[in-house]
Amino acid sequence: MKWRPGSAAQGRLSGWQAALVVARRDLASILFSRAFLFFLAGPLFPVIVGLLAGTLGQQIDAGRAESRIGIAMSAPDTEAMLAARGVLAAKLGRAVPGMVALEGVGPDGAFDAAAALRRDEGDLAAIVGGTPDAPVLTATPERIARWQGLISLTAATATERTPTAFPPVRPVEVASSGASVKQARMITAQAGQALLFLLIMLLAGMVLSNLVEEKGNKIIEILAAAIPMDAVFLGKLFAMLGVSLVGLTVWGSVAALVLPLAGFSLSGLPAPGVGWPLFLALGVVYFATGYLLVGSIFLAIGSLASTVREVQTLSMPVTMGQVLIFFLGSYAAAHPGEPAELAAIAFPLSSPFTMIARAAQDEAVWPHLAAIAWQGLWVAIFVRAGAAMFRSRVMKSGAQGGSGRFLRWRRRGSEPGADTAIVQERL
Amino acid sequence: MNGGLDIAEDPARGSCPLAVEAQGLVKRFDGTLAVDGVDLAVPEGSIYGVLGPNGAGKTTTLRMLLGIIEPDAGTRRVLGHPHPHEIARQIGYLPEERGLYPAMKAYEAIAFMGSLRGLGLREGRRRGRELMERHGLGYAAERQIRQLSKGMAQTMQLLGTLVHEPKLVVLDEPFSGLDAINQGKLETLIRSLAANGATVLFSTHVIAHAERLCEQIAIIAGGKVPYAGSVDAARDRIPAQVRLETERQDGLWRAALPPDTRSEGNVWSFPLPEGGVEPLLRALIEGDAGIRSLSIERAGLHDAFVSIAGEAAARALEQENRP
Repeated sequence: MKWRPGSAAQGRLSGWQAALVVARRDLASILFSRAFLFFLAGPLFPVIVGLLAGTLGQQIDAGRAESRIGIAMSAPDTEAMLAARGVLAAKLGRAVPGMVALEGVGPDGAFDAAAALRRDEGDLAAIVGGTPDAPVLTATPERIARWQGLISLTAATATERTPTAFPPVRPVEVASSGASVKQARMITAQAGQALLFLLIMLLAGMVLSNLVEEKGNKIIEILAAAIPMDAVFLGKLFAMLGVSLVGLTVWGSVAALVLPLAGFSLSGLPAPGVGWPLFLALGVVYFATGYLLVGSIFLAIGSLASTVREVQTLSMPVTMGQVLIFFLGSYAAAHPGEPAELAAIAFPLSSPFTMIARAAQDEAVWPHLAAIAWQGLWVAIFVRAGAAMFRSRVMKSGAQGGSGRFLRWRRRGSEPGADTAIVQERL
Repeated sequence: MNGGLDIAEDPARGSCPLAVEAQGLVKRFDGTLAVDGVDLAVPEGSIYGVLGPNGAGKTTTLRMLLGIIEPDAGTRRVLGHPHPHEIARQIGYLPEERGLYPAMKAYEAIAFMGSLRGLGLREGRRRGRELMERHGLGYAAERQIRQLSKGMAQTMQLLGTLVHEPKLVVLDEPFSGLDAINQGKLETLIRSLAANGATVLFSTHVIAHAERLCEQIAIIAGGKVPYAGSVDAARDRIPAQVRLETERQDGLWRAALPPDTRSEGNVWSFPLPEGGVEPLLRALIEGDAGIRSLSIERAGLHDAFVSIAGEAAARALEQENRP
């Protein structure tokens, strides 16, 4: 190689390019490590064990709400329908939803199915009335489309052991009241919030110790000499987000394969306001913004720690802080449209939790675009502030006017150069 | 700027563009003055040494020059830019505290350091392997850093500092931790860098390295730079020493010896008189002193360092250099 000093391109990497260099290194070092396999396998252990024990499917089957169809017919017809369901379930397995006899059916089969569904939204999915010869299916349009054929088959089986003719099913669409829909969507909102919280709490904690390696290995000085500290922070955050998204993709794929086998379906949850596809997409986006927001604070806090022990000490209060934020988001979800919700949306750390709940409860899409932009802005602010704090507190760069003495209990010496040694030690 | 500063007159300074220029750099850590008004002028293409004992402020000065930390006061220009990060691609930096990711393969570590300075990863890998081959370490290219010896890891980091072919190479205590053979190799490498047009700025507490390698030095002690200029000018600050050995111990000729002459038997040492040794020689011959030997020895950088930085700094330096 012929030495040509200064032959490299002039100038420097842009902030994004520099962040990419750091992110690429971190991502590769984690993804191609053995520890990552354990990371991936960790959440799968309980699922696998549950499946092997043969209990999980049964539990889900027993608990699932969407498979319960109420039979509101005369007693003999109800008995015949339930028997027919048993015959079909023996052949078709979980494809045949559970059926229950409803109480309060008149001797002539009279029953207000719509009212019963409103009362039991989220538990009772549909009601079959009439007779096996002329069944009436009362449900939402989606569920009518899904179960009309099955009810016809069940009714035919109830009429004759080997059906040759299939009675037509008269559909009655349920026009659920606004109140019941709102109540139902609350379940989805809470589920979305809980999942988001769980994932961020489990995954963002990894960021706390992210700079300890660089400080321990003294690599931080090489990074700081070459690229802006903002880019180091951003690169590390994106790397950890990438690791988390890889994990989520793997876990999500496994769940998508395993849970339907166990009879679970998203349709068991009331449909969110923005619809399932957009709700899931927003879930990923809010996970990313929530992760970056919480992660940038964790990274900044962790960067001030000198040892893994200090990081561990910081973990508990940091987790408690997350729990408080989750409570704020939950409270806001329970009070949509009220000042509490607006405050939780405006407060950057609770904003993702509150907005995922809003996506479940409300159809409007534009607030999400505004919220994502708002959260992105705060990610940038947090990263900048974290990097500035690192420069000031750890690298002792810039004006030394700060009064903070956080994590500075190892002061020593007073002669010129003595504090250089302290900085060196911290780095 | 600082009271003790003494930048020697150097004709080259006026005409040669400067790779690094600093004026009045000040840095305090928690109220303690670590660097107190440092001025530096490093000519392009030169080998420049910052010489001083540990804790003198060398590392802090280099960090301020590179923008790793910002000075509390003063200005700096690196390759003509006030913000070193803006020209990071043209700078290579080897910190005093060596640091590499232990799980990285050796050639990948070199490539990563290049990529931080804007070198493409693929090109960095290619150059990393090539550099390792050239330095006799090709066999270790695929090994993880944690599997390398300390000396090899240091060499890896040095190669990573150079992989993007920087115009300015800043090395903070590059010789520390290296054995004599590797120190020799590093000296050769530094000379070849300068021969190829790069500017090399390095800090050291070993006077011999500075004396052998540097065209110009800055002596730093107690956060100040009491001297900056050429090595020759530093040595010239102390008069040459005359060492005379005579056959006789006494005679009228002794009156011709300078008043600060020290004696050990028939051996006499004194600074070279301003008028030269000719008048003294004449008096010695006429007084029949019997001259056995007479030599004039130019002061070394160590003597210059003692004279400039003081006995305390020199003692600190000597202590650090003890094995």
